[in-house]
Amino acid sequence: MRVLYLALRRLAASLPTLFVVLAGLFLLLQLAPGDTVDALVAQMGGGDAVMIEELRRFYGLDVSVPVQLGRYVWRLLQLDLGYSAIYGKPVSTVILERLPATLLLMGSALSFAFAGGMALGVVAARKVNRWPDTLISTLGLIFYATPSFWFGLMGIVIFAVNLGWLPAGGLEEIGAGHSGLRRLVDIGWHLLLPTLTLALIFLATYLRIMRASMLEVLNLDFVRTARAKGLSPGRVVRRHVMRNALLPMVTLVGLQAGTMLGGSIVVESVFALPGLGRLAYESVVQRDLNTLLGIVFVSALLVIAVNFIVDLLYARLDPRIVT
Amino acid sequence: MRLTRRHALLSATAFAASAFLPRGAFAQATPKRGGVLTAHLGSEQRILNPALRASTGVYLITSKIMEALVDLDASGNPAPVLAVSWDAAPDGKTVTFKLREGVSWHDGKPFTSADVQYTAMEMWKKHLNYGTQLQQFLEAVDTPDAHTAVFRYARPMPLNLLLRALCDLGYIAPRHVFEGTNILENPANTAPIGTGPFKFVQYERGQFIIAERNPTYWRKDFPYLERIVWRVITDKSAVAAALETGQIQLSSYNGLSLSDLDRLKSDKRFEVSTRGIEANAFNNTLEFNTRRKELSDVRVRRAIAHAVDVDFFIENFLYGQAKPATGPIPSSSPAFYPAGKPPYPFDKKKAQALLDEAGYKPGPDGTRFSLKLVPIMNGEDVPLLATFIQQSLGEIGIKVEIVQLDVAGALTTVYRDWNFDLATGWHQYRGDPAVSTTVWYRSGSPKGSPWTNQFGWQSDKVDQLIDQAASEIDPVKRKALYADWVSVVNEEIPVWMITERQFFAATNKQVQNHHNVPRWDSSDWHDTWIASS
Repeated sequence: MRVLYLALRRLAASLPTLFVVLAGLFLLLQLAPGDTVDALVAQMGGGDAVMIEELRRFYGLDVSVPVQLGRYVWRLLQLDLGYSAIYGKPVSTVILERLPATLLLMGSALSFAFAGGMALGVVAARKVNRWPDTLISTLGLIFYATPSFWFGLMGIVIFAVNLGWLPAGGLEEIGAGHSGLRRLVDIGWHLLLPTLTLALIFLATYLRIMRASMLEVLNLDFVRTARAKGLSPGRVVRRHVMRNALLPMVTLVGLQAGTMLGGSIVVESVFALPGLGRLAYESVVQRDLNTLLGIVFVSALLVIAVNFIVDLLYARLDPRIVT
Repeated sequence: MRLTRRHALLSATAFAASAFLPRGAFAQATPKRGGVLTAHLGSEQRILNPALRASTGVYLITSKIMEALVDLDASGNPAPVLAVSWDAAPDGKTVTFKLREGVSWHDGKPFTSADVQYTAMEMWKKHLNYGTQLQQFLEAVDTPDAHTAVFRYARPMPLNLLLRALCDLGYIAPRHVFEGTNILENPANTAPIGTGPFKFVQYERGQFIIAERNPTYWRKDFPYLERIVWRVITDKSAVAAALETGQIQLSSYNGLSLSDLDRLKSDKRFEVSTRGIEANAFNNTLEFNTRRKELSDVRVRRAIAHAVDVDFFIENFLYGQAKPATGPIPSSSPAFYPAGKPPYPFDKKKAQALLDEAGYKPGPDGTRFSLKLVPIMNGEDVPLLATFIQQSLGEIGIKVEIVQLDVAGALTTVYRDWNFDLATGWHQYRGDPAVSTTVWYRSGSPKGSPWTNQFGWQSDKVDQLIDQAASEIDPVKRKALYADWVSVVNEEIPVWMITERQFFAATNKQVQNHHNVPRWDSSDWHDTWIASS
């Protein structure tokens, strides 16, 4: 009950922010030259004035900006995200179609980056200034400095084009008609490269944070006490050091959940995955206001949810913190 | 002129080769039934109805599902599809189409002249881009019987113009599905129902579209393919990988980057060529805003054209996949091409002399004046050309500032707000100058219509030539009128057509009977099949 109450309170507190963000974005997009009809005409390769006027009426763009904003806000209050200009379907449907792929990619990449970063960070901290540390830190730096599209493309060239081990892109084999476990394996197979690509950069960050906070905690008094009372080095690290060193890592997960949504535009494009990032990019290029605002709305909700979970985790990791 | 000669030789070889490879030359083996062809789709389409949207992205998919009255045959002449024959009255104001009998829609209803009447009057004339222009003088379509459609025009309509245009702008939609509904919101716009060799199955947004064999297709025993899949891949580098791993077998309309096209040319698994896309030519352009004082002087416009080394640009930026344009009508359109040389060969001295003559002497820092250039980025080479123009003009003392916008933004800035001095993008030629080319020069286009004359430039003589040619029914006189028109606009250059290019397709050689008609990627693929590897 307490958790539910907390969740509701958190949501209520973020509602005004969410509203300001959406209205602000609406106005900001008015500053971008061109509307969705211009984008459509660009895609078609031309059209005449009569047809263009007709389309503006069709998309509800023939009225003034305040009226459009009023209509939008009114719909939003009724929890209606409106109609997508690109897809000709309600925005909520469009987003729900794309959400699973994004969540899957983001979830697996985040888990992989977190687990890998933690493990490598612990190893590096325990062997500080020796060759494993140097190796891990250098690798981390390389991962961090390389743009993800390059990683993705190199992965495709090596593992898909040259070796032929993994598929070059897509979410699953089209028209193969797999179902159940077979389909799950197929999707996992397709998501392997994109997950690795997206995870590597984040892994580098986690690894560095984990290493730094491990080193910091290792020098604290209670660690010396733990050692003094005769605990094995492994037990000291697991029970005492890691638990304390994890706090900044958890903070980072909360912060990066939002970045991951945005960061996957590149990965989604390179691997032709139907995710939210690419949808957002297409909405900007096609000036599809409703869809874009809908995505911002859903992303904001996701970030709020993730941060809420992070806060709960804090309390479990460190009893001194009260939610 | 070393490059010109080289290009002339190259294109002559290509032409000769294509002349000896008629339809069927590749089909020596017996066609195999079944198989799946997977094609690349570079951008998501809002609707899949070619009777409402004329664009290659829409044709690539829907031309397999819906059919037009006519299409181009292997030698580039209009051939029967849903229309079996046609006839124009001597005054050019009535065109009678005899329609194919025994054709049915994918939902089982028969195809009749009522469908043609409805599509022409309600879709082509009211909504279809370029169609509204083409059919502006269409008064009515009479249907004396179920298989005759008589188009009545207020002004003479050249039969050749109509037939060529109808290959793209002549797709027929089912009246019984659309009548009485809001046409733009009809669900059949994203789940098309047609008469074509393939039936629409599924459109998974952001991923793929599937169509499968229509067993009751009117061409007996066709199509060969069991199914066509279009995969949405937006990243150009990923497209090359998908081709190489066999995930897709075809990418057309420059779906690959220029460098990948160049690389895959030497890969034996693929054919990379412009064969079968001849009907779509395009140019790199430079638009002048002649409201700007300096650019209203034709000498300045000519000086700018003389200052850009087009051959160098083509060799180094376009991997040689172009030639310098000789005017707004491309050489791939023999019915109208007036021949000639590029009107403004690279000559820096002459450019400077012209600017001096116009009274724009260099200032103390060597600058004569500054211009704002808006690239309209509908191709990867557009920003490259913009930079190349910036540097070239810098050398003759014109300072150029490039304004970076995305396509929708650039179109609005140039064509609606007129907030530019120079703009650069693509002009697409669609088989006949009257379809989408003369609008670049004719005055009187309403403000805000993209890819029309919004340059503040007007010439009575040009307007008159354009109007006369558009309703001249004698093909020989019509060609002569366009030749006059080309020479005038080459003199005046309100827009400079810089290069002449064709789209490239990369096709896996497993695919048989591919690119055997001039607009193959936008054709029905009824005779396409896949050889086992």
